[in-house]
Amino acid sequence: MPSPTSAYSDFERFRATFFEECAEILPDLDGRLSALQAGDSDTETLNAIFRAVHSIKAGAAAFDFSALVEFAHVFEGLLDRLRDNRIQHSAQVFNVVVRAGDVLAELVEAARTGSDVPPGFGAGVAAELKDLFSGAQAAGAPPPKAHQPKPEAEGPMRTYRIAFEPHRELFRHANEPLLLIRELKRLGELSVGCVSADLPDLAHLDPEDAYLSFIFELQTQAPYASVAEVFEFVDQDCVLKIEDGGARDDTQSAAAAPDGGEAEPESGEAHPPSSRPAAATPVSKGATSIRVDLTRVDRLVNMVGELVITHAMLAQQLSDHGGGQRQQWAQGSQELATHTRELQECVMAIRMQPVRSVFARMPRLVRDIAAKLGRNVRLVTSGDQTEVDKTIIEELADPITHMIRNAIDHGIEDGATRLAAGKPERATIELSAAQRAGNILITIADDGAGIDRRKVLQHAIAKGLVREDAKLSDDELYNLIFAPGFSTAEKVTEVSGRGVGMDVVRRNIANLGGRIQINSAPGKGTRFTLVIPLTLAVLDGMLVAVGNEKYILPLANIVESIRPDHRQVRTITGGSQVVAVRGEFIRLVPVRRIFNIPGAIPEPWKALVVVVETENGSKAGLVVDELIGQQQVVVKSLAEYTAPVPGISGATILGNGRVALILDVEGICSMPDPSAFVEAPGDFQRQAGSSPDLQTVKPEIPGRPEAPALQNINAAA
Amino acid sequence: MRKRILTVDDSKTMRDMVSFTLKGAGFEVVEAEDGAKALDLLSRTAVDAIITDINMPNMDGVTLVQRLRAQQKFKSTPILILTTEGGEDKKQQGRNAGATGWIVKPFAPEKLLQVLNKVCP
Repeated sequence: MPSPTSAYSDFERFRATFFEECAEILPDLDGRLSALQAGDSDTETLNAIFRAVHSIKAGAAAFDFSALVEFAHVFEGLLDRLRDNRIQHSAQVFNVVVRAGDVLAELVEAARTGSDVPPGFGAGVAAELKDLFSGAQAAGAPPPKAHQPKPEAEGPMRTYRIAFEPHRELFRHANEPLLLIRELKRLGELSVGCVSADLPDLAHLDPEDAYLSFIFELQTQAPYASVAEVFEFVDQDCVLKIEDGGARDDTQSAAAAPDGGEAEPESGEAHPPSSRPAAATPVSKGATSIRVDLTRVDRLVNMVGELVITHAMLAQQLSDHGGGQRQQWAQGSQELATHTRELQECVMAIRMQPVRSVFARMPRLVRDIAAKLGRNVRLVTSGDQTEVDKTIIEELADPITHMIRNAIDHGIEDGATRLAAGKPERATIELSAAQRAGNILITIADDGAGIDRRKVLQHAIAKGLVREDAKLSDDELYNLIFAPGFSTAEKVTEVSGRGVGMDVVRRNIANLGGRIQINSAPGKGTRFTLVIPLTLAVLDGMLVAVGNEKYILPLANIVESIRPDHRQVRTITGGSQVVAVRGEFIRLVPVRRIFNIPGAIPEPWKALVVVVETENGSKAGLVVDELIGQQQVVVKSLAEYTAPVPGISGATILGNGRVALILDVEGICSMPDPSAFVEAPGDFQRQAGSSPDLQTVKPEIPGRPEAPALQNINAAA
Repeated sequence: MRKRILTVDDSKTMRDMVSFTLKGAGFEVVEAEDGAKALDLLSRTAVDAIITDINMPNMDGVTLVQRLRAQQKFKSTPILILTTEGGEDKKQQGRNAGATGWIVKPFAPEKLLQVLNKVCP
């Protein structure tokens, strides 16, 4: 379901459409009425007038314009009789019709402006219409209500026995017993018996005829009316008998229950259950969902998080001092872990919502911006039922809005340019969401001009972000787009120039623990992929030690861990090291260097190499001292305490109460080679071969750790 | 595979509301303004179900249903007609023409989805 705000704006939009439509219908109606007054009362004229009034009534009913609906209903009733020649055509009748047309127009106007209709307005004409109508026939149907009545409240569990014997013609209306079975199953527990006695031999079988009869036994809390409603569309094509077997008596054995007809011999007749005694606790059928204050859910999530931590502590103590009863305790602990995990998943599921609420706002945005910029753009969305944590959804709207805006403003060429490039004049933006492992991928792809490397580079040089002779990889170059204040728009347009740049987008996404990937091909288009963790709250991790520090590595990223042989490790140009694993060279990333950790094992062959894989499949070997163990951790955001720290996605509390930082594998892998880092003076030798191109790009460019912030966190741990 | 639904109505408001409701529930929606345009569209496009109004210029809904049921390829396509409360005779006409079911206007979005799901395989 759309969120309340979007539902509201949709409603407003439909309302606007309705009045636009009225504005088209009314002049036409006026013309037809004039023709009628001039004596032209052919069928087409009367049909057209009828349709106009009918359309207005149908629309008005949807928006609860009751005065308008009531009048249109009376008007329509007369017109229907008139076009069927059930009312004599006369100048007097036409005169009433024409005046009724005026009243209708007034009522539409009143509805549009929201002004009050004077009491009794149009009552005279309405009365005349009614008189003419009832002259033809007694009172018509009552005016329609705005909405269908709510389904009846659920009663106690009952058993219905249903005999369904279709006529041969059942399939002629595209009705289908299997669909009825599906409907019945939605109501409760169903057992189905099939009677095939009427099935002829193959030579005489007409495949378009229905031969099978069915006997259903349905246990449900639904009222009789709901069961009968299942057969609403087929009741003329079958012999149908629905027996209400009565409420199930829970004191009886379950086996006796389905045979409710015998338990209460008098209740064999079909009758609505309302005549039965009410159940002890009737449940409202509408209550399939409830609204809960988000803070309550958050508290629940936090408490479950604490529970996970408490369990981790207990488990650790247990393994340290289990003693003689270790076995039983371990089993109990294991069960506790399972239940805690399930509880946690349930609680997290409460917070999940489809991204539809955000996606639904985008078509309008695209239309508006495209119109403003004179571009012809089509938005294609997919995967909008993908579910994401509610907090994340709310934070997604702005970045997506901004990136779509950017795509139209900077990415997509004008129609003439596109045609000249041999592309369809109408550009396409694809917005899609998908779940991959523990992440949500949101993709915004356009088929525009692609990122102009030269232009980006020129701007970056002009802004002093890179040196003129810089040689940047695609990724490094694209990353410049996210630098604060960077804008490649040649003029600040009304659309993009809103004082926020892509740096804000990246910061927002980073705050969600996510990151942005860019793929771009000149002339083909640009694809932005937002990779965001499914939930911010829990993570399966591997606890690793580096020096005296402990870090959590997300399990999802880990491929394997190896202790390489000395000969497997090679040093390549620039001081970087790689390790050969089964014929594949994997870049080594010494964690101790990224975070300047003293006392860690420097030689990869003496330490451990954890091979990790990123979203896009690139691998790296993180060099750590030791693997301590696998554990589920509760992710705590660091956003409140520090600026985003490259290489770190969050923190957690370990079983012993200590804080451990969670490594951001994707971030680490996309960092410039850490072997090339400038190391803090003191413990380490300065490495040769640091990248001169990137050194000019100071902390604005993500991928470079900010030492002070990190030291603070390490101190806290 | 997303199901594709054809909505036939001469009122843009109704088409929009049907279309929005269905799209929100993951259906693909194609639209036609009247029976004749619907027939034309259906000669080119396959759909999983059809929702049609009754009162329309050029070709009304009842005729549309008759024409479709006369074609082999639409024999088992669910067709829902939109009727108004008290429009019993229209409902019956639609039924006789071969409509699968009906929805009474004005309808709540849930009702539309419920009925559509009921007749869509």
